[in-house]
Amino acid sequence: MELSTLLHATMFLPLVAVVGILLCRHQPNIRDGISLLAGVLVFACVLAIHRQFMSGGDVDITWVEILPGLSLSFSLESLGLLFALIAGFLWPVTTLYAIGYMRGHHEKNQTRFYVFFAIAIATVFAIAFSANLFTLFVFYEVLTLCTYPLVTHAGTDKAKQGGRVYLGILLSTSILMFLLAMITTWAIAGTLTFTSGGIFPEGTPAWLLSILLALYVFGIGKAAIMPFHRWLPAAMVAPTPVSALLHAVAVVKAGVFTLLKVCVFVFGLEVLPSLPATQWLIYLAGLTIVLASLVAMRKDNLKARLAYSTIGQLAYITLGALVATELAIVGSAMHIAMHAFGKITLFFCAGAIMVACHKTEVSQMAGLGKAMPVTMTAFLVASVSIIGLPPGGGTWSKWYLIWGSLEAGQQLMVVALLVSSLLNIAYLLPIPLQAFWGSSDTNVESSSQLKEAPMPSLIALVVTAFMTLVLFVYPNGVYDLANRING
Amino acid sequence: MLIHLPILQVIIPLLGAPLCLMVKGSRFVWGFTLLVSLLASMISVALLWQVEANGTLSYALGGWQAPIGIEYRIDILSAYLLLIVSCMSTIVLLGGYRSIEKEIPVSNQSYFYVAYLLCLAGLLGIVAAGDAFNVFVFLEISSLASYILIGLGKDRRALWASFQYLIVGTIGATFILIGVGYLYIMTGTLNMVDLAQRIPSVSESTTVLVAFAFLIVGVCLKLAMFPLHVWLPNAYAFAPSIVTAFLAASATKVAVYLLFRFSFGVFGIELTESILPLHEVFIGLGLAGVFAASLVAVFQQNIKRLFAYSSVAQIGYMIVGYGLDSVAGSMASLLHLFNHALMKASLFMALAAVVYRLGSVQLKDLAGLASVMPWTAAAIVIGGLSLVGVPLTVGFVSKWYLVLAALEQDLWWVALLLVVGSLLAIVYVWRIVEQMYFAPSTSGDQSDGTREAPIGLLTALWILVIANIYFGIDTRLPVGVAELAAEHIFGGRL
Repeated sequence: MELSTLLHATMFLPLVAVVGILLCRHQPNIRDGISLLAGVLVFACVLAIHRQFMSGGDVDITWVEILPGLSLSFSLESLGLLFALIAGFLWPVTTLYAIGYMRGHHEKNQTRFYVFFAIAIATVFAIAFSANLFTLFVFYEVLTLCTYPLVTHAGTDKAKQGGRVYLGILLSTSILMFLLAMITTWAIAGTLTFTSGGIFPEGTPAWLLSILLALYVFGIGKAAIMPFHRWLPAAMVAPTPVSALLHAVAVVKAGVFTLLKVCVFVFGLEVLPSLPATQWLIYLAGLTIVLASLVAMRKDNLKARLAYSTIGQLAYITLGALVATELAIVGSAMHIAMHAFGKITLFFCAGAIMVACHKTEVSQMAGLGKAMPVTMTAFLVASVSIIGLPPGGGTWSKWYLIWGSLEAGQQLMVVALLVSSLLNIAYLLPIPLQAFWGSSDTNVESSSQLKEAPMPSLIALVVTAFMTLVLFVYPNGVYDLANRING
Repeated sequence: MLIHLPILQVIIPLLGAPLCLMVKGSRFVWGFTLLVSLLASMISVALLWQVEANGTLSYALGGWQAPIGIEYRIDILSAYLLLIVSCMSTIVLLGGYRSIEKEIPVSNQSYFYVAYLLCLAGLLGIVAAGDAFNVFVFLEISSLASYILIGLGKDRRALWASFQYLIVGTIGATFILIGVGYLYIMTGTLNMVDLAQRIPSVSESTTVLVAFAFLIVGVCLKLAMFPLHVWLPNAYAFAPSIVTAFLAASATKVAVYLLFRFSFGVFGIELTESILPLHEVFIGLGLAGVFAASLVAVFQQNIKRLFAYSSVAQIGYMIVGYGLDSVAGSMASLLHLFNHALMKASLFMALAAVVYRLGSVQLKDLAGLASVMPWTAAAIVIGGLSLVGVPLTVGFVSKWYLVLAALEQDLWWVALLLVVGSLLAIVYVWRIVEQMYFAPSTSGDQSDGTREAPIGLLTALWILVIANIYFGIDTRLPVGVAELAAEHIFGGRL
């Protein structure tokens, strides 16, 4: 098939699925089947795109020129493809998980859930394939808006409050800073097309670029750099599949993806290290890494703990993007993939525990390993990957991040990364260990009722946990794509 | 026939107004009015097309040539405004039948349509007229008609709001008349092209200065520029819903047009820049308007009032664009004219639908609206997003150009304040969204008959909503025309 057809298919198949989902809203089995089928088809498309890209395929699509010189355009580039591959693989898996979760948890308005879920995924592909910053910005905002109904799915006061924080921070940072930075970039450079080596003309004053860089780093709120991270814990009121796919993969990764794109293709790797602001922002990223891990340790609610862990892990990627050596960029890009598989597994497990045992607090989970051996094993495997120890895929990305930081002379950041790894061990590993070897404080009769989560959910979390192991043994696919970013 | 289009544009609604009295039956009067308005919009399209192809049109009324006779002059700026006003009027009327039928007593309905067409004729006349005195005459026609329209509101406070507007509007109109009179004394002409030629030779005199001051203040009263906006929230809040939609989309727009016409067209760029350096003042007042009005809007309980204050804020954006005093600034301001007309028309039409079914626009009564009136609620969301300036809506396009225009002059603080201002819009829009989608319905069960608005209202509403998105994606028409008009202004060809 033509590359452009395939690219369109990834963006429009989910929307076609929306129509199907709406039409079959009274037959849950067919409705969920459509979601699943669309997911598998989309992933097949992304795989086909990947094959053609590797054999040198290239494509440029322009939909419409909104303002003179500013168009909605899409093209193919390795970082975007990597992001699309991750999202494309995890969507059907998450759908599978959601089928088990939503039914097991007797959630209401399931049709609305699947509809906005599909729209969000279509948006993610549009972000991944954006050819210019303007297109990316447009779909970045669409993603915020179409995930809002998912965050507030429960409709309770708490959900409403969470939704308010979510929308408030994401919209206001993007409109206040991201948009301003983008318009200024347009005014200076006269283009917003992603170009290797950056788009700013030589002789642009460094102070101006510094301000712009700061505006981008803070304005891309989805990257959750402190102090604009509060929306992520707030979004945890959403049903777990949403937290898993959107707030461990799609939305947050759209944030760091945007930041990487801006650093590599708007500023360029040569410009970035020469700016006075870069060093401060690197310190901020390091601070976020350590602080988020510290906060995560103090959270007893499992999803909140995972949310703060995500904030820390996202800052790894931001750090790599700002350090801006070729190795660090490779590390950042790989970390997008590695963290995605690890974190989604952890969220799947958290949801499975909630559905099967109605437990949300870490302190209640001791001894659960006997009742839910599969879930807890998956949790252990994914934790290892997040920490960055073999045999988890996270080892490689952390390896490159540390190597890149060393190469750039950022010793302090190496320390931050290592400290964070220790903290990760401290807040993640006790959970599965306690589950297997700790003694349950609930009495025996209730624990005999405990069982694993519904089968679809269980399959999903085993698949993603297995993937973290696979990525340790075969990281080459991811590495190749990440390495191509540097041209 | 084609050369008479400039006068037909005004005369058709003007003559249509008294004819309304002869048509019997509310449905027929409505149909007749709609037909007249539709004709006017078709003419405006033809005019815009002609002006784009052949340049400025000049029409001598009765064959008397310009300095002696009355001239109708359609340049690109006028054609653009004619299009906005007549098309908005048509779409609002299209959806307005049921709402008018419900909100206005049968005995008054003929008068309503008469006043509506007079108001339309007046607004079109202001834009088409080529001499300053005719501008005043048409201004009075449209103002008097709009006092009646506002006074027809169901709430008795509508009379008070109308009276308040009458006082302020009359002061404004008188100021304009004084300004025009002084200019006539100094130059001996009323034709605006002639005025523009003769004023530079007398620009040293204080009389011209005073005339300028009177004109600008008079126009600013009419366009509800902060802090001269006090009449607007009441007038919008208590007028019949359809009237609010029409006036919000047209009347203030025409006043903004007058600001451009008088300052750049009559007095000319150099003079405006040198005699009275008002730009900083306008930028300051514009931004103050954006913030003050948006903050007040955040605390409103009556949604019509809330959007009225939001209109004052949006006018602030246009004033900032005007105050930037550059091609880019004027273009942004003119572009926002078009875009804001679309946003506010759709929002006020949606409120007309709400009033039609609920009989109230109090925020608390909107609880759970999304489940009973999903299309109306969705329209409010999209209109609100456009107001905030989310990409793919018209609001984004305006904001883009306005910020760009501020950056062009290195006015960083202005650019920053402009985007901060749109954050306030998020706050007041989201209060409504939460109320519609999350608050439990207060009416308990749905047995009280609340359901989706009538199809006519919905059709017009969604035409506007789709226009909000369409012109946010395919921006060629508004951007192209606004750019041309701004270049005209600064090429001294207005």
